[in-house]
Amino acid sequence: MAATRERKVPALVDKPMDFCPGCGHGIVSRLIMEALEELDQLNNIIFPIGVGCSSNLGAGLECDRLHCCHGRAGAVATGMKRVSPDTLVVSYQGDGDAYNIGIAETFNAAYRNENITVIVINNTNFGMTGGQMSLTTMEGQKTSTSVHGRDCSVTGYPIRFPEIVAREFPGAAYAARGTVTTPANINKLKGYIKNALQAQLNHEGYSIVEVLSPCPINWGLSPVKAMERIEQELIPYYPIGEFKKRGEEQK
Amino acid sequence: MAEMMKGNEAIAEAAVRAGARFYAGYPITPSSEIMEYLSWRMEEVGGSFVQAESELAGINMVIGASACGVRALTASSGPGISLKQEGISTLCDEGLPAVVITQVRYGNGLGTLFTAQCDYNRETRGGGQGDYRCIVLCPSSVQEFVDLMAPAYELSEKYRIVVIMMGEGTLGQMMEPVTLPDFVETKRTPWALTGKYDYKKIGIFERDSRKEAVELREKYDAIKENEQRWFDEGIEDADYVFVAYGVPGRATLGAIRELRAEGEKVGLIRPITAWPFPEKAFAKINPACKGVITVEENATGQLVDDAALFIKKTHKDRNIPAYALTYVYNTPPIRSIKADYFRIKNGEVKEVY
Repeated sequence: MAATRERKVPALVDKPMDFCPGCGHGIVSRLIMEALEELDQLNNIIFPIGVGCSSNLGAGLECDRLHCCHGRAGAVATGMKRVSPDTLVVSYQGDGDAYNIGIAETFNAAYRNENITVIVINNTNFGMTGGQMSLTTMEGQKTSTSVHGRDCSVTGYPIRFPEIVAREFPGAAYAARGTVTTPANINKLKGYIKNALQAQLNHEGYSIVEVLSPCPINWGLSPVKAMERIEQELIPYYPIGEFKKRGEEQK
Repeated sequence: MAEMMKGNEAIAEAAVRAGARFYAGYPITPSSEIMEYLSWRMEEVGGSFVQAESELAGINMVIGASACGVRALTASSGPGISLKQEGISTLCDEGLPAVVITQVRYGNGLGTLFTAQCDYNRETRGGGQGDYRCIVLCPSSVQEFVDLMAPAYELSEKYRIVVIMMGEGTLGQMMEPVTLPDFVETKRTPWALTGKYDYKKIGIFERDSRKEAVELREKYDAIKENEQRWFDEGIEDADYVFVAYGVPGRATLGAIRELRAEGEKVGLIRPITAWPFPEKAFAKINPACKGVITVEENATGQLVDDAALFIKKTHKDRNIPAYALTYVYNTPPIRSIKADYFRIKNGEVKEVY
């Protein structure tokens, strides 16, 4: 019989977080904490936290954090980092927060090349308020505000923000997209998160990691089917990988 | 030795000397020179300056800097201050100090560039969502503005509240002789986020908002009791008491001095805190006075609501009338205030309350 290892919870997590069954937030939260631990930064971290399901991160952590106005974490993180240049500042936001209402702050923080890390959980809808359409909702996807399926001719096409950062902002240090569908992808995602944090630690500039994450409740799918949807529907449109590697020159 | 300085530049330098080490904001007439000055000055003193993408972003950057324990500043006017209201409400909710300067300009919507006092109600009633107040200081000269910058930060940190410096376009744009204060030494606030979690903040889902609301009311009661500031002259024996703040307050002081010299028994209360309103000044008013008269740079009369409330509260036995002299697009000259005073005295102006 194989030896069982004791499950170790990262020190910054002090309580369970209230995510729905099958949600991906919990995995990502844990990966961030593990990455911080491995980089020896548990005592050097501030989280400006978005509004939405991402808010639950703040409920479970034992560290410096501030809940921002909806969409404004990019600006709050800017203020924090400018006065605390040696402290890690990591914003944790959903796609509705970072892209819909917060696109100005998200875009401009990247544009100024603030030395911050942005983690965006992309579950293709507004999770907390009941699954409304967001900027990342797929064409044809049914949500509570696109009941016949998203019509991109009148609502725009799903946004791929990390690609914009990689393409348009020459100073940015790092841009990647990962997912939580398999152990292999989770390991890869952890590597992306560590890279993003390392970039900030080295004062290399702006870093962003978007995560394709399941929202079984609002998608009306079982947790397993929700993971399958990411693999089959989302990844072909939202490729996973590193779009701007550290130390890479602008192409 | 006083030196001639443009208001906005003197105010910006005074903020630096009061310990402000972070500025974020967006340009708007008539306050832009504050950010222009700080765009180079902050760096000289080891502070940070960000030209924000909007007023919304500006106040949220202030939230970030203040959360990390640094004296933070933003400045704007009219519509820009409206955009900041969610952030100001959030600063209040988090108990974070900050100073917000508004050089008020006249108008609804986009408004105009004329100096004004049209935002009295917004600033003194909280302005954003919720159940809160900001301390509102309303200086009447560039020197007074400069002298109030350090007290503004002290008040904001003492009560963990936002302090609004409610100026006027005129105060930012005119030049006056100014003596600048000395530099204040500051250190990060005890509740600053340092990354080390040495200030144990509870999570939002564990907060008891109803209990906090009661504590907030106790805080506001303490501010009302302890922090009323005003200037008064000639109110103990006055037949008519003027109430005016800011630059119109200065003009009114000139008017009452001339009227006194002509034998008219008039006085002035010039609020220096618009919130808390200087209620205590009203206890000094001659109980036999025939009316209070506000002088305001707006069309509809806003200050008169508070003046009426407190004259009637303080002198309950008599229904002392409250009049409003409102002047739009202008700081009223002394001669206009005097002429309108005589119209009131002759019964030609109807009281508001």
